Amino acid sequence: MIDARDLVKTYVLGGQTVRALDHVSLKVERGEMVAIRGPSGSGKSTLMNILGCLDRPDAGEYRLAGEEVSRLSSDRLAEIRNRRIGFVFQTFNLLPRMSALENVALPLHYAARRDARQRAMAALEMVGLAERMKHEPAQLSGGQRQRVAIARALVTDPAIILADEPTGNLDSRTGEEILALFKSLNAAGRTIIIVTHDANVAAHCQREIYLVDGRVTAPPAVAAPAEVR
Amino acid sequence: MLLWMILKVALRSLAANKLRSILAMLGVIIGVGAVIAMLAIGAGARQQILSRLTALGTNLLTIRPGQRGFMGVMSGTQQNLTVDDALAIVREVEGVKQVAPAVGSSVQVKYMSRNTRTMVTGTTVTYLPMRSFEIDAGEAFTEAMVDASARVAVLGPQTATDLFGVEDPVGKTIKIRGINFRVLGVLKPKGDQGWFNPDDQVIIPLTTAMKQLFGVDYVREINVQVNEDADISRVQNDILALLRRRHRIQEGMPDDVNIRNQAEMLAAFTESSRTFTVLLGSIAGISLVVGGIGIMNIMLVSVTERTREIGIRKAIGARDRDILRQFLIEALIMSGVGGLLGVALGVGGARVIGSLSNQFPTLVQMESVALALAFSAAVGVFFGYYPAWRAARLDPIEALRYE
Repeated sequence: MIDARDLVKTYVLGGQTVRALDHVSLKVERGEMVAIRGPSGSGKSTLMNILGCLDRPDAGEYRLAGEEVSRLSSDRLAEIRNRRIGFVFQTFNLLPRMSALENVALPLHYAARRDARQRAMAALEMVGLAERMKHEPAQLSGGQRQRVAIARALVTDPAIILADEPTGNLDSRTGEEILALFKSLNAAGRTIIIVTHDANVAAHCQREIYLVDGRVTAPPAVAAPAEVR
Repeated sequence: MLLWMILKVALRSLAANKLRSILAMLGVIIGVGAVIAMLAIGAGARQQILSRLTALGTNLLTIRPGQRGFMGVMSGTQQNLTVDDALAIVREVEGVKQVAPAVGSSVQVKYMSRNTRTMVTGTTVTYLPMRSFEIDAGEAFTEAMVDASARVAVLGPQTATDLFGVEDPVGKTIKIRGINFRVLGVLKPKGDQGWFNPDDQVIIPLTTAMKQLFGVDYVREINVQVNEDADISRVQNDILALLRRRHRIQEGMPDDVNIRNQAEMLAAFTESSRTFTVLLGSIAGISLVVGGIGIMNIMLVSVTERTREIGIRKAIGARDRDILRQFLIEALIMSGVGGLLGVALGVGGARVIGSLSNQFPTLVQMESVALALAFSAAVGVFFGYYPAWRAARLDPIEALRYE
């Protein structure tokens, strides 16, 4: 599903060149649930932006669902994001003053689909929020908002769901519920990538890709279980 | 994205900041209203002047004595036009239909104990039809009465009311400078023309006025009606040449008479009122542009406030042109709704101005409404484009990070 090779991205910050990604290569197969983990500044946000087609790499190749997307124009990238990628953000990023249903239907409107309403209702049902679809985000709890966001990511039937710290703004119990939802979606065949700094979240995934200083490395030895021992 | 979805989003975001949206629209409302009201005043004035001048007749020439001048110092009006001049014009100039020499002065007129000061005009029977006066009651004097220097008078409706009130003046006797005159008829009202009220005058036979009332040998003016098919400027030149000959004006000396042409006055009035309208309209147009700047200002604020929303929309697949369209339509709604409200304000304002005084008659023309609406839409696109473009080219990653 995802095949990225030798991705390089550099930034100039205050006159200094920072190499955020240094020849990163990775593969994610269809139906996998993968964590991208690393400390802050490791380049995982940059990697997520490139994998999510919000940004383009300076060098390297990125094939998404068989299509080379690393050199596309910004309008083409917007179409790819619309059709192939579903985003879930740490801060939910729902639009205020719009009902849950309207928020979920929004990606379909940009695809100019006329069956938006039915599909949005089906997606909300999938995340267990069918009876709350008329509510605006301000009237929903954090966990419910994240469920709406997940429904919005699902509604276009994308190739991958890209979640950036999806439990970061939730209490641990609600976070567990959201992770359980991701797992059940994965069990239903969805390809899911979760970007996180949290080893506990990453532990819910089938495997993790660990980043330090813009490079993929082996994860550090887990210290916590050693103390228990 | 479907158009009605864009409209819905735009209306909702305008409604979320009602006061702000209304204040931003206010500039356009006032601008469009001002343009329409100003154009209506201009059009009304033009129509009024036009109808007054055409009521006087466009094929009329008025000959008056020229100003006597010496070394640039004007020293009063000459006395040089005679009844014979008038007769010679009818006889010798081709294309002249009829003439009406006239004398006149403002004098005291009495009936019983009532009196009024009014313009008494002595003229021939041709005067009334030439000036398109009509008789309301009684009758006009005849040619025989003029020949006989009869002491008869026709009253303007205003004068009749001043002297007689509700009484019927026809057949009664009035005193002009102490001389008795029998009232033959009353004119139909024509309405005040600003510089002269044709409803407030007394018309008597020319001969009576010259010999008995004023004791003059010269006339104040000669009115000339030109045939419909005649070239009016050619007739004008012929009359001028004839009068120079009759008055023995040396070659190279200035004319001693002045000929005014109604058609020329009409053209001059129309031209000056058009200039006036364009001037008023452009001043009002400036306020419309200022209104557009107000919309641009609010749209720039709105784009900054909604940076995160723009980021979200881009992340889920909005293209640059989707964002551009959305903000442009928002600006267009503001200028469009503002324009419509402005039309209401302008039409209402024009009505109020028109009904407050007859000094400013107003006429709202469909063209000026269409012009103002088109202009306000253009203002919306022009001043909405820059903020919308700023929104469209925002980087989605930075927009998502914006707090």
